[in-house]
Amino acid sequence: MKFYRSHILIGIDDSSLQSGVKEIENSLRQELDKNNLSDEVNILETGTLGYFGTGVSITVYPDQITYVNITKEDIPEIVSEHFLKGRPVRRLMLDKEFTSKYDFGYKRRIVLENSGLIDPENIEEYIGTGGYEGWEKALTEMKPNQIVEEVKQSGLRGRGGAGFPTGLKWSFTAPLEVEQKYVVVNADEGEPGTFKDRLIMEGDPHKLLEGVMIASRAVGASKAYIYIRGEYKLCIQRLQHAIKQAYDYGILGKNIFGSDFNLDIYLKIGAGAYVCGEETALIESMEGNRGNPRNKPPFPGVEGAWKAPTVVNNVETLANVPSIIKNGADWYAAFGVEGCTGSKVYTILGDVKHPGLCEVDMGTPLRTIIDGYGGGIKDGKEFKAALVGGAAGVFLPNKMLDVKMDFNSLQEYAAVLGSGAILVMNEDADMVDMLWSVIRFFRHESCGKCSPCANGNEILYRLITDIRNGKGKEEDLEHMIMLSETMKESSFCALGQSLLLPVKSAIENFREDFLARMK
Amino acid sequence: MYEKFIKKYAPTKDNLIYILHEIQDNHPQQYVSEEAVQEVSEYLKVSPAHIYGVLTFYTMFSTKPRGKNIIRLCESPPCFLRGSEQILKKLKESLDVKIGETTKDGLFTLELCACLGVCGNAPVMMINEDVYGDLTEKKVEKIINDIKGRQE
Ligand SMILES: Cc1cc2nc3c(=O)[nH]c(=O)nc-3n(C[C@H](O)[C@H](O)[C@H](O)COP(=O)(O)O)c2cc1C
Ligand code: SF4
Ligand code: FES
Repeated sequence: MKFYRSHILIGIDDSSLQSGVKEIENSLRQELDKNNLSDEVNILETGTLGYFGTGVSITVYPDQITYVNITKEDIPEIVSEHFLKGRPVRRLMLDKEFTSKYDFGYKRRIVLENSGLIDPENIEEYIGTGGYEGWEKALTEMKPNQIVEEVKQSGLRGRGGAGFPTGLKWSFTAPLEVEQKYVVVNADEGEPGTFKDRLIMEGDPHKLLEGVMIASRAVGASKAYIYIRGEYKLCIQRLQHAIKQAYDYGILGKNIFGSDFNLDIYLKIGAGAYVCGEETALIESMEGNRGNPRNKPPFPGVEGAWKAPTVVNNVETLANVPSIIKNGADWYAAFGVEGCTGSKVYTILGDVKHPGLCEVDMGTPLRTIIDGYGGGIKDGKEFKAALVGGAAGVFLPNKMLDVKMDFNSLQEYAAVLGSGAILVMNEDADMVDMLWSVIRFFRHESCGKCSPCANGNEILYRLITDIRNGKGKEEDLEHMIMLSETMKESSFCALGQSLLLPVKSAIENFREDFLARMK
Repeated sequence: MYEKFIKKYAPTKDNLIYILHEIQDNHPQQYVSEEAVQEVSEYLKVSPAHIYGVLTFYTMFSTKPRGKNIIRLCESPPCFLRGSEQILKKLKESLDVKIGETTKDGLFTLELCACLGVCGNAPVMMINEDVYGDLTEKKVEKIINDIKGRQE
């Protein structure tokens, strides 16, 4: 292996591609070449570095200095100052106080431990960081029921929204004696404000694959599918590449590691429908149908894809699994809080200084996430509200910001963790407008299969539109809450059931905004 | 006529969505035509009604001819908060179309869509396969002009 004095990690993701990262990378190479530094300084393409709204960013190791918003014109200065003279270019550095205070991005991470640090297109780098050790252990040292038990012990709960205990879910499918079972990865990620799964797949696709492999072995599935939304082109490309590499290395395919276990992983591409994130709708879509949800029970774990027992898990859920198997359940359970272990990846966005993502322990207060990782409210404005958990989430006011972010603590505030999206709004935001936008979303995404949701959304949309246009009455507010309650009780799937969360919280916590439109 | 796209995939129903993507992406007017539906129906042995059901369910598919460049502007709450309405207004004005319409020169179709998962850069739109974020009215102007320029 060649020895380099410095490594430059350059974050390639959908955001930086928009900012012309490729062109900037090229000029960086040329400039290093011109200064005879190509043998000393290595450029490494990696996934997202976790900074958004910062254009193209690079991190230099071992110095651990991150430059943001770089343009082509900055390259000569960076090369001559930093790499020739050893003087960091201060004006381009990410706010140092900010990074050290919150240890931004590189805190003890489980799911994102490699993202932004390794080349996601090179399986050897993943292996070099201890990747696929969990898989080898699961396959050669553990029996399937031991894997299920270990995951149960770890306390891991589903990260797709509902928080169902993962080990328990697997334990329903594992003992079934049938010819074919499946593992399906839910990578449909349609919850507005959520892009954590995209960044996991872009930044460390092998981590997800390893999780899929371990899950497949645990429940006895010989085929696994990753159902991914059609818009995630870079993820699709990286996963295809990673799957191919895994076959080439004999980590996938027949008689893996000399065992009698066979596994194939396939990609399935979605076509734009939020409801397809619902697990039974996702299965319908995978089979080539309209994505209408199915009756539950039977649950997919018993009767899923092509009627075979099917375990459906979220991307982030499965990305936790390799570390659990490698380091043990106790190691994992030490993170987080009682009843809700491990870490959680959040996307923070809206009116904050640093929109982006972070991975923190379960139970971290919401305020710490917004002020710390999000950098607080931008442009010197005041905080007004946070929509937590996506469109199917709740609007929280300032006085509720000390809530701890885990499934149980949030319940006390009638709130949910949902997909982990945190949309922050400043004093200028109006909750009538925001709720209107949320209801418009659900109205559009309702699949129309059941009338409480199809009609309910129509009526809610009419009511909120009237209020927005100054034609509402105060009793409309109670009417909206009651209607959402009815929808919660009688809708066929969780889509129609979830309007109560945003509707009730917006109206109850920000009533004055609604009344102001009625004067 | 669509054979070469269709036959890339095994004739099983679960490949339907793949095949429809492939057909649409390769059609200069980015849609799935009646003839295409007929051919797929014969190949997969599923009814045209089923295929239409699928085509109309998913927002990425179109059964009507569209422009060369499909603009999909995200209207979900995070992009709405960061000003997607102004961007929509700007797009309608500079293209002189309503939502769902195609410009007279056949260059652009304007559509709305739900969250594209790039909300760290809200407001966001996609044009064909490319994502454009942190949109401002000025940026929109430039993007549209750049694409127009490339066609000439
Ligand atoms: C309307 C709707 C949309 C959903 N979208 C997603 C999604 O995009 N990704 C996801 O993982 N789960 C989504 N879910 C939850 C899934 O139904 C399911 O609970 C989850 O994939 C299970 O995985 P987990 O146990 O690992 O969380 C959605 C649910 C509903 C009702
Ligand atoms: S609740 Fe809504 S999305 Fe779910 S089945 Fe009924 S209509 Fe479809
Ligand atoms: S809300 Fe617009 S991209 Fe997510």
